[in-house]
Amino acid sequence: MDVRITRRATLLGGASLAAGALAAPSIAQNAPIRLGGLTTLEGPFATGGQDAYRCVQMELERVNHTVGGRRIEFVRESSNAQADVALARARKLIEQDNVDIILGPLSGAEGIALRDYSRTLTGKTIVNGSSGASDTTLRNPSPNFFRFSTDGTQWMAGLGKHVHQTMGIREVAVTAGDYAFPYAQVFGFNLEFCRLGGRTTHYWAPLGTTDFTSQIAQINRSNAGAVVVVHGGTDGLAFMTQYAQAGGSKPLIGGSIMADQTMLSARGPHRRVMVDMISGGPIADVIDDPTWNDFVARYRRRWANEGGFTSPSIHAVNYATNLYGILHALKAVNGDLSSNQQPFQHALAAAEITAPTGAAVKLDHNRQAISDIFLNKIEERGSTAQVVAFGRTRAVNQTLGLPEQQFLTLGSPSRDNTGCIAS
Amino acid sequence: MHSRTVTWSLLSALLLLALPWLLPQVMPAGQAQFWIANILGRAIVFGIIAMSLTFLATYGGFISLAQMMVAGVAGYTLAVFAEGAVPRIVGGLGYGAAIPLGLLAATAMGLLVGAISMRTRDIYLLMITLALAMGVFRFIETNIAWFNGYEGIRNVVGPSVLGMDFRNTFVFYHVALGTAALLYIGIIYLVRTPFGLVLQGIRDNPRRVAALGYSVALHRTAAFGVAGFIAGCGGVLSTIYNIGISPGTIGLGGTVNVLIMSVIGGLGHPIGAFIGSLIFTVFDTFAATIYDRDRFNTLIGLVFLAIVLVSPDGAIGIGVRLRRLLAASRR
Repeated sequence: MDVRITRRATLLGGASLAAGALAAPSIAQNAPIRLGGLTTLEGPFATGGQDAYRCVQMELERVNHTVGGRRIEFVRESSNAQADVALARARKLIEQDNVDIILGPLSGAEGIALRDYSRTLTGKTIVNGSSGASDTTLRNPSPNFFRFSTDGTQWMAGLGKHVHQTMGIREVAVTAGDYAFPYAQVFGFNLEFCRLGGRTTHYWAPLGTTDFTSQIAQINRSNAGAVVVVHGGTDGLAFMTQYAQAGGSKPLIGGSIMADQTMLSARGPHRRVMVDMISGGPIADVIDDPTWNDFVARYRRRWANEGGFTSPSIHAVNYATNLYGILHALKAVNGDLSSNQQPFQHALAAAEITAPTGAAVKLDHNRQAISDIFLNKIEERGSTAQVVAFGRTRAVNQTLGLPEQQFLTLGSPSRDNTGCIAS
Repeated sequence: MHSRTVTWSLLSALLLLALPWLLPQVMPAGQAQFWIANILGRAIVFGIIAMSLTFLATYGGFISLAQMMVAGVAGYTLAVFAEGAVPRIVGGLGYGAAIPLGLLAATAMGLLVGAISMRTRDIYLLMITLALAMGVFRFIETNIAWFNGYEGIRNVVGPSVLGMDFRNTFVFYHVALGTAALLYIGIIYLVRTPFGLVLQGIRDNPRRVAALGYSVALHRTAAFGVAGFIAGCGGVLSTIYNIGISPGTIGLGGTVNVLIMSVIGGLGHPIGAFIGSLIFTVFDTFAATIYDRDRFNTLIGLVFLAIVLVSPDGAIGIGVRLRRLLAASRR
């Protein structure tokens, strides 16, 4: 075989040289801190992901992209809420873009995938964005994964107690989506409600259900004093619309993603029944707290003309909270990420910060947030419905006050493990 | 001519084998590792899954959209039975037993897909395989007891090979490369056996093959079984690569990606699957760096559109055209 230098070979050689040149040079010691952002700019949570980047950008601009004397470079990546895509992007951020810290991801399964990935890393840290699966930090936690935001079970803190003690309701009907997030929320509600002696009947419906009429007929005939609705997105809208049309009159208790502007701004009969609905969650539209009022005002000023919402979304607030944790720890160590980030990770674990909502946040031994949860009520203010916080449970931990060992033996939430344990 | 092909194949195989040592010479070590594991390794793993589709399309004329699902069946079987996976569904099996079980399940699922779609062709085959893929996807997504629903099964870390940890980049890369090479050689061999010849006969004229006394249905089903095994190998590797599996992997996105890889690589030869998956992986990874981060999917779409427009037979078609052009200009 004779070797000839053909045009093709030259082209190929040139292309491979160019590819080699594309690879960025290695990073010098006194370079900026590289912060990788991972959220969902595609797929079902794209609007939440965009809003998350709005708040991250706003807060980085506020500190002038500098902390502890070092500049912060923010590298954005996008996933589509699928675990394997999030993992591929995280690998790219760490290995190709050379980021020191990842802020993300947004959804539950992604969070668990990144938690597992973080365990394989040394000298890198992943701080959660807005993912809320409890197992991410509760079972098999990773030393390199930190979460300054609360999970789906925590978000229901105080709600069961409020329904039982303040509203005086002893029996409720729970209608919920048949997947992980609603399981966690129902678990959180039941844990309090059943412990106080309340009784629950569960009605499950798979994600994507459009016809709730038979469920609603059963609920309306039952002795339940209230209906706990834990559906998301269009399912929630369908339930509420049909409940209103069927003349439902029982008080409504909502999951954290039911009392949302996407539901409230939609037109239809559901708005009539949703006014006065009680819910629990990490944020509300109106919180009587100067930190929150300031945050919302800055958000509106910055983003009003660039596609922002009237009030920051739950994902945006979670990302901002986690960013606060990172900035706080970076400040504490003066931007020093040496020694495999050990000093920085210690500072993260010890950080005590104030979230944009005004809630105090600190981490437990699993590096999971202990923070405040709000009790919210939907009120008609002017011509718009708003979620107004009227109560606050302080320092809610991941096991809702149960000893961790006892909580763990209860097992993961599922449709057969609803957390309804009388004690 | 023939010996030249063999020489070229051997040379490129040697080059691929040596890449983990060559790449660090031209780029920083960290980046070289990224390229080996997350560009080349990932491209090889998805190339294997795409090759199962290319095999069916090239030699049987069947375009199956179920191949990602079949790969997922292998991955899920592995995750359900492997020891150490979280949450523990059945567990208790070492990787030495769980991986063959996964491959067996994928082969069985391949046979089942083949049997169900036995009498359909063209657009109807496409639709029935897509329906099967989506059915399995939805089932897995909503089933908590066996597949842990939307969150999937995590912590499938993989075995250690000859005392070396599978999570080591080099080990993973070489195992993936070796698997791909074996399967590739296997296909090249298989299509020259009587079975492969009958398969190509079915592609060209099923009625004539039936008239010669061959059972078209049986050969078709067997071909789907073989493709199922190939996809299963890819599924096992991708599950270990991703440290677990969740339904998103086998959803519509994953299904379509495998089709895109096969088509942009070229459906004329099994090697097209790997070329396609490499192009796909590179653009999927770097599009956001090259182009606006909010709109990088546009770039990916344009590149794929351009390839298919310029050369309907994909990247290997471009290669053939270029060679013809160069030969003509040399004359």
